[in-house]
Amino acid sequence: MQFEYEIEGGNFSRAGYASSEVKKKLRQLNVDLKIIKRVVVALYEAEVNVVAHAWSGIMRVDIDRGRISLEIDDEGPGIPDIDKAMEEGFSTASPEVREMGFGAGMGLPNIKKNVDKLNITSEVGKGTKVVMVTYL
Amino acid sequence: MTVRDLVNELGLKVFSGEKGLDRQVNGGYVSDLLSDVMGNAGEGMVWITLQTHRNVTAVASLKDLSAVLLVKGLKPDEDMAQQAGEEGLPVLGTDLQAFEIAGKLYSLLNLT
Ligand SMILES: Nc1ncnc2c1ncn2[C@@H]1O[C@H](COP(=O)(O)OP(=O)(O)OP(=O)(O)O)[C@@H](O)[C@H]1O
Ligand SMILES: [Mg+2]
Repeated sequence: MQFEYEIEGGNFSRAGYASSEVKKKLRQLNVDLKIIKRVVVALYEAEVNVVAHAWSGIMRVDIDRGRISLEIDDEGPGIPDIDKAMEEGFSTASPEVREMGFGAGMGLPNIKKNVDKLNITSEVGKGTKVVMVTYL
Repeated sequence: MTVRDLVNELGLKVFSGEKGLDRQVNGGYVSDLLSDVMGNAGEGMVWITLQTHRNVTAVASLKDLSAVLLVKGLKPDEDMAQQAGEEGLPVLGTDLQAFEIAGKLYSLLNLT
């Protein structure tokens, strides 16, 4: 089963919408609640990163018997040094974004802790693709 | 202990989300950083914060928190209150600062 959602860069009033839709779907599909909890953390962080750091993006979710595959593909500035971005506390968030309580540099570490597989690819000036897999 | 018990015991304001007042409270988490709450808070906790925008509602709902408690007399932004109302997420308020209300909540939860 597959579904996808659009994510609007810069629109904080819609941030989290796609993740909460996916959460509802996973509940309907009777996915183990512990797995839903973890997947939701990763999805939300990836969604907010598009809102906070990129211009627009698409969240694709693909579920089968054995795994949930999540892909967040954005058009945006890209990440010049992915290892650095993965460090807890590293953030380039703007002062406005920090004022809202984002920009702790904990999003990518949260993603890593909550999925079984994480792969990030990025091209500066083009965009970033975050692929996450969780086994059921 | 329910959110309603907490409101009565601690004399809290209820700004929104009355539908959720019978939710069970099993702890609390104090933070103004959304990713910190996302990564570390647990289901059923009350989130004590000074953030008043609607992303707080989104995080609280995704994490199945029992309520949000705003400190220092702060009020939720209009869209936060509205979304919390739709989702039945109680948004509470106190005039106390985070340290004081967290202390009271802590001893209340440990008494029962
Ligand atoms: N989709 C993206 N496009 C461009 N840059 C990104 C993207 N995702 C992450 N980054 C970069 O990686 C950094 C670290 O991301 P991370 O999610 O860990 O922290 P944050 O978003 O800055 O803060 P937090 O997630 O704690 O609110 C960001 O500050 C940004 O520089
Ligand atoms: Mg982030």
